[in-house]
Amino acid sequence: MADCVVSVAEFRAGNFRRVSFEVASEARKVADALNVPLYGIAVGAGVGDKAKELGWYGVDKVFVADDPALEHYVPELYVPVIASIIERWNPAAVLLPASVDGKDLSARLAARLQTGLAQDCIQVVCDGGAVKAKRPIFAGKCLAWCEWAQGALPMISCRPNVMDCKDADATRQADVEKVAVDLPEARSKVLGVELDTTGKVELTEAEIIVSGGRGMKAAENFVILEQLAKELGAAVGASRAAVDAGWRPHSDQVGQTGKVVNPNLYIAVGISGAIQHLAGMGSSKYIVAVNKDPEAPIFTKADYGIVEDLFKFIPAFTEEVRKLKSTC
Amino acid sequence: MNIVVLLKQTPDTESVIRIAPDGQSIVTQDLKWIINPYDEFAVEAALRLKEKHGGTVTIVSWGPQRVVESIRTALAMGADKGVLLDDDTLDGGDSLGVARALAAVVQALQPDIVLCGSRAVDYDLAQRGPMVAELLGWPHLGLAVSLDSDGSSVTIERPIEGGKVTMHASLPALVTMGGSHAVWNPRYASLPGIMKAKKKPLEMKKLGDYGLSAEECGAPAAKIRMVSLEMPPERKPGRIIDDGLDTEGKAAALVKALHEEAKVI
Ligand SMILES: Cc1cc2nc3c(=O)[nH]c(=O)nc-3n(C[C@H](O)[C@H](O)[C@H](O)COP(=O)(O)OP(=O)(O)OC[C@H]3O[C@@H](n4cnc5c(N)ncnc54)[C@H](O)[C@@H]3O)c2cc1C
Ligand SMILES: Nc1ncnc2c1ncn2[C@@H]1O[C@H](COP(=O)(O)O)[C@@H](O)[C@H]1O
Repeated sequence: MADCVVSVAEFRAGNFRRVSFEVASEARKVADALNVPLYGIAVGAGVGDKAKELGWYGVDKVFVADDPALEHYVPELYVPVIASIIERWNPAAVLLPASVDGKDLSARLAARLQTGLAQDCIQVVCDGGAVKAKRPIFAGKCLAWCEWAQGALPMISCRPNVMDCKDADATRQADVEKVAVDLPEARSKVLGVELDTTGKVELTEAEIIVSGGRGMKAAENFVILEQLAKELGAAVGASRAAVDAGWRPHSDQVGQTGKVVNPNLYIAVGISGAIQHLAGMGSSKYIVAVNKDPEAPIFTKADYGIVEDLFKFIPAFTEEVRKLKSTC
Repeated sequence: MNIVVLLKQTPDTESVIRIAPDGQSIVTQDLKWIINPYDEFAVEAALRLKEKHGGTVTIVSWGPQRVVESIRTALAMGADKGVLLDDDTLDGGDSLGVARALAAVVQALQPDIVLCGSRAVDYDLAQRGPMVAELLGWPHLGLAVSLDSDGSSVTIERPIEGGKVTMHASLPALVTMGGSHAVWNPRYASLPGIMKAKKKPLEMKKLGDYGLSAEECGAPAAKIRMVSLEMPPERKPGRIIDDGLDTEGKAAALVKALHEEAKVI
């Protein structure tokens, strides 16, 4: 019989990333449905006191692998360390973050544990004791429900920003157990980490995204989107056309061969709405399209459409947003 | 340098996806097939390694005969040979089952480095690379947006949320490709390349050639499966904000709608 549900947290630069709490909250629901405790796994350097935070989101007991060698994600090190903790138990499910590192880790861990992984899930349910997970395929053009074979351990990575996160309950205490870290010989290592300190909002975690396409005409014109984004606290994205033109870095590309995003609000500016672009942003809660061509396909997906020259409209819109922000 | 690229054929990204009557699979009849874009980046990166260090680039794929066309395309880009594992006893295998088969093919080829996509743009499984590496007991470096090798080790940069990490591994190692067309700029097959590709070796293999069977790789071994597909919820028809307003008027109306109706700003 299964004796627990496991949620794996992501610890970076001294803190848990928010997705860790989303995963813990979701795993708590699964644990409640199955009436088993929720165990957390936290790996990193200096996790120490922070481990208790997982308790605030529903974890009953946290297993901490704390070692300077684990400061950065190295698959060859993280996978055996996490696997050895999971193997102490007979979990009903293991939930992990579908962050950049989380997806990479999940895949290798699934091979290590010889089980099936549902990557980047948006929903998890317990159906008469059986765990099922729903995930987008074809960059969200379709959705798939996954089930596990009898006796197989369900591994589920959860897409950031999608699952409900509990409110932190700082009175909720988790047991914390430090595990002895037995590091294998590794042939790979991290040489360096450069973190962006400009406070740029990450696209996959942004609540609001302002994206520009070929209609922006030049790299320097993106400054008007940057200004709008600043007023809205938004991240700036781009279509492939804008990235291919060298106006924006590839990490800004939204779409089937870029990032799949799911903000509350997506503002597409000078983007026609090619199927590969729509695939990447079609699950946004609200979509606004600004395009001078009333026939642009993006308008078929937009909740609000503006048929205007973007160079006239965006400054006017930014000004109206500024007015709103100054009154509330 | 002996380089292997794991290549998957996927439906063209233009494709409209429809669910088949069984509710578990997609309609494949009218699909156009392409090399998974990330695997095309892998072919490009492999050819650049070969240009620097010499050696051979071998394309490895599991799939039906239609994949021959994609392998030929990679050969026309400059790869040297192909191995197609065309074995329908692998049908119904999950990521791990397929990874076992791919790992066996890789093992037989004894490469210094394996390049593959970080994900295939069909089922977005994003699993096979790290799985193959784990099965081989090799290090892997994921989501490369740059790749450099001195012949005995490999260094990549990978983007993470809000930053960039530089990683290094000694060979043999596996690298999964990230980035985009703008980063890798995969070359086109030239006309002479296409002519030459026709004569390059392409081997057809079965699971049995690697001492494997469906029990280890196919449906019987699958731990996870897709049981039903559904279309994402249709978006409600939106509206064009116009009402004869001028630019400032539309801007104000949009702010009002986003603030009061949608409540997102
Ligand atoms: C394998 C593959 C993968 C791909 N992956 C992606 C992906 O991940 N992401 C992606 O975005 N695309 C992707 N594409 C490309 C996609 O097919 C389109 O080419 C691309 O999305 C077009 O970008 P765009 O909308 O910015 O440009 P266009 O289609 O050229 O549209 C520009 C729009 O701007 C409007 N415009 C111009 N000037 C103004 C103005 N002054 N004011 C207002 N509007 C104006 C025009 O009316 C037009 O609608 C992929 C393609 C392939 C083949
Ligand atoms: N059938 C296959 N044949 C060869 N390589 C594959 C196959 N499936 C997946 N891969 C490789 O694994 C990567 C990730 O695929 P996936 O795990 O399906 O998202 C792909 O980009 C390919 O490099």
